Amino acid sequence: MELNSVVVTGVGTISPLGNDFSQLLDGLIAGRSGVCEITELEQVGGLRSRLGAPVKGVDPKQIPRKFRRSMSNMSVYAYLASQQALSMADYPKGQLGSGDLGVVIGSTLGSTATSENFFKDYFRDYSLERMRTGLFFQMMGHSCAANVAQSLGITGRVFAPSAACATSSQAIGHAYEQIAMGRQQAILCGGSEEFHPLTVATFDIMHAASTNFNQQPEMTPRPFDKRRDGIVCGEGCGVLLLENKISAQQRGANILAEVIGFATASDTSSIASPDVGAMAGCMQLALQDAGLTANDIDYVNAHATGTDVGDIAEAEAIAQIFSTRVPVSSLKGHLGHTLAASGALELSGCIGMLQQQQLIGTLNLDQVDERCSGIAHLQQNCSQPVRTILKNNFAMGGINTTLILRSYLND
Amino acid sequence: MTEAEVIELIDSSLAEEFELDRKDMVPEANIYEDLGLDSLDTVDMVIVLEGAFAFKIREEEAVRAIRKLEDIHHFVLSKTGQNS
Repeated sequence: MELNSVVVTGVGTISPLGNDFSQLLDGLIAGRSGVCEITELEQVGGLRSRLGAPVKGVDPKQIPRKFRRSMSNMSVYAYLASQQALSMADYPKGQLGSGDLGVVIGSTLGSTATSENFFKDYFRDYSLERMRTGLFFQMMGHSCAANVAQSLGITGRVFAPSAACATSSQAIGHAYEQIAMGRQQAILCGGSEEFHPLTVATFDIMHAASTNFNQQPEMTPRPFDKRRDGIVCGEGCGVLLLENKISAQQRGANILAEVIGFATASDTSSIASPDVGAMAGCMQLALQDAGLTANDIDYVNAHATGTDVGDIAEAEAIAQIFSTRVPVSSLKGHLGHTLAASGALELSGCIGMLQQQQLIGTLNLDQVDERCSGIAHLQQNCSQPVRTILKNNFAMGGINTTLILRSYLND
Repeated sequence: MTEAEVIELIDSSLAEEFELDRKDMVPEANIYEDLGLDSLDTVDMVIVLEGAFAFKIREEEAVRAIRKLEDIHHFVLSKTGQNS
């Protein structure tokens, strides 16, 4: 079976560094941090972390009420990012309902904020009589994907992968495979996340949230750094429009990059702790899928969240394959960990790096932890030729993913 | 509560919930065709009215017959004893 080539023609982003792709890229290149103090976290008993990387300046009321009533923030972000991606791609409006376009957008959970508000009211008297009809549509696991399809009139396949921090990488990989197999001509794919104190707590109780820099938010997270102390939870949404390369060329689309490889595999060594061999194995599978070897990769965009254990394991896994030959950085120092959105937002950053022929260094990586050495850490931005990028995302639950992106040469 | 106060509470509650323009909320306005509500909205409308007037109307047959804003006015007024 001959597989179709798959290209990226649109990018949409709502992120802690701004609410479109150019703002995201400008912020990354300028070395800005999206992390700030979240005062509401002080009210949560036992929570030590006071930080987050929130989205700012999004007005949900720009979305018609009829669509907005079923959306929590994560779906609002997904709708806006999807619109941006379609607009950047100049995707024909008449094709939205053709069945050729699908949606693969996931989230870690349905809306925790909506669940909290519902149960707060429900526990007053255990009555369902005040429950609005929009509630379920915000709490369901496929809320983002369904809301995007409904509001934009997209009638193709709709999927909603959910794999925590690997959600949007899986979504992009799944979309890539669907298009490669000819099941869809184009797919809006990515992931969305909305900030909630419970998410911070999830990491804090496992001693994986950053707590030492509450007074200096921009100094954390610190991927691979000696003083790193954990994750800072962020929010946002990244959506890519992937298209069959031939149909994109036929409609004269501006092609931004090619997706040429994907792998996802389960690490059963632990539900919470990463295994070096499993991480390396996932990267090797993606290289095989792309028909490449390690020597073909110009840059590795690491998952590296700033946790003690995760960063060491990933550095060792990357070292096994690439040694010190390939520059490596993480964008978590800028964006925090945007969880379900992280794969798509960071891959959007990688597309920007291909466009600019500039690699973006890891923010807050001042002194490399010896246990993370053995790879070529990129601590500053660096202009250099870059054609092929390998991107990792790893998730709790033992979900590993790797995507491979290549700049588009009209050959 | 006077009749006018009841009508004002109905209209302001629905305007807030469904983001309606008060100038469109004339008594003869069809809630579907003129005010743009749909079947999900009518379920929520019942919850809004129950909250505003502290009564239970979910099981009332008359609710299903509502088409115009004035139908809501008349129905609520009958429930609150101002009208029949």
